[in-house]
Amino acid sequence: MTAQVITVTSGKGGVGKTTAVANLATALAADGKKVVCMDGDIGLRNLDVIMGLENRIVYDIVDVIEGRCKLKQAMIRDKHYPDLYLIPAAQTRDKNAVSPSDMTRICNDLRPDADFVIIDSPAGIERGFRNAIAPADRVLVVTNPEVSAVRDADRVVGILEAEEKGSPSLILNRLNPTLVRNNDMLSAEDVLDLLGIQLIGIVPEDESVIIGSNRGAPVVTDAKSRAGQAFRNIAKRLQGQEIPFMDLEQQGGLWGAIQKLTGRK
Amino acid sequence: MEQITSLVQIKGIRDGLLATFSDAPWEDQYLSLLAQIGERPAFFQGARLAIDVGSQILKVNDLVDLRDHLSERNITLWAVISESPTTEHTSQLLGLATRISKPRPQEKTHVDAASDDTALFVNKTLRSGTRIEFPGNIVVMGDVNPGAEIVAEGNVIVWGRVRGMIHAGAKGNRSAFICALDLSANQLRIADEVSAMLKPQKDPKPEIASINSEGRLQAELWHTG
Ligand SMILES: Nc1ncnc2c1ncn2[C@@H]1O[C@H](COP(=O)(O)OP(=O)(O)O)[C@@H](O)[C@H]1O
Ligand SMILES: [Mg+2]
Repeated sequence: MTAQVITVTSGKGGVGKTTAVANLATALAADGKKVVCMDGDIGLRNLDVIMGLENRIVYDIVDVIEGRCKLKQAMIRDKHYPDLYLIPAAQTRDKNAVSPSDMTRICNDLRPDADFVIIDSPAGIERGFRNAIAPADRVLVVTNPEVSAVRDADRVVGILEAEEKGSPSLILNRLNPTLVRNNDMLSAEDVLDLLGIQLIGIVPEDESVIIGSNRGAPVVTDAKSRAGQAFRNIAKRLQGQEIPFMDLEQQGGLWGAIQKLTGRK
Repeated sequence: MEQITSLVQIKGIRDGLLATFSDAPWEDQYLSLLAQIGERPAFFQGARLAIDVGSQILKVNDLVDLRDHLSERNITLWAVISESPTTEHTSQLLGLATRISKPRPQEKTHVDAASDDTALFVNKTLRSGTRIEFPGNIVVMGDVNPGAEIVAEGNVIVWGRVRGMIHAGAKGNRSAFICALDLSANQLRIADEVSAMLKPQKDPKPEIASINSEGRLQAELWHTG
């Protein structure tokens, strides 16, 4: 086994990075993969809360780096999936407690025993972001169909290209087909046209995401949720499967455009 | 200590301070610069700093680290001068200037600067946060995305879509022009004229923007010949 390290980032805050990490990790574990997710948002940890693991934390990533515990001791096992682990961020330290080489080292230690390591990144393009992308084999950029979020995503894509991290894949989160139809929201086509990167999934705006987060049960575990389905599909694509895109919009125009755009490399 | 601090030379220039790096390893010089700042905090306090890094190849991490350390000390890194295209690219990505005006005894008449025939050729899409400045013409093969900026003393030609900011004739040349396959820029400037917002078109055609006989910045269809 040698894990693929995937970092989820965005530039702008609040677009759904942590939600994506919790859901993709859970969906991959549900597919029988061995998954470790890491919270890279030092000082503002919340991946543990969304996964419902907050009260199990004893050690965190800074304890590992500073030698107060072994890596295994900081890996919290999920309540439902025995092959899903979380390495929490430190809540009371700042991001300078971690360096890009610490992240690379920890990931290298995790690689032999996992299929996927998924890293949640903080907002911004400063130290915490650079820590999160340092070990990445693959980067997923999350954005919302909103001008400011797309502009920040564009900036992050430029930096990833300069860092020779390869071209990232895009998760377009919180798309609302009704708003798009009424021309009140950027369409998937507008976003893809500007960013010019490969689309790996569109997640609709869905209140069950918020309900799931509050319950500490990521929405992928809800079989009826549209957002859950979208995240399950992305998890399958990460495993190399060809899964057709969900038809969020019954109208032909947008749909045709997405198919056309995802065909381009 | 003496040895370390002499790695980086610092002097005052018109635009603030200029630190000139040698070819010694980047880490050493970086520490040397921080050491010099530590020795004379009052001198550096609030300064605008440009660095000349010679042929050092610097990545985003290197420059962001330096910029963070400097800003903690209340020093603004605004320009990076380099012989390496990689370093220059990195600086542009971070929105840092890559050229500084040389100290000169007298302001020379700036109008002739753009009659210079040199052009900078940029063979990629410019993403948000990127700023490219050049004392001649600039040619871009790619798009100029929202949040990207191009500043040329001469003309600007974009073989792609313009949605960012372009300033041609930046030193005052009112006969400079901007042309692009799709000129739905969020702002265009020529010399000191600023365009109103141009509406994105459904079916864009190549356009050229220039200052018309009434002295206003105006875009029209781009006919060659
Ligand atoms: N597809 C979605 N539909 C509805 N709400 C969402 C969706 N994705 C994320 N959210 C909500 O948006 C907020 C921010 O998400 P979060 O994952 O914490 O963002 P980030 O980690 O990028 O800061 C949370 O309240 C989350 O529940
Ligand atoms: Mg988050």
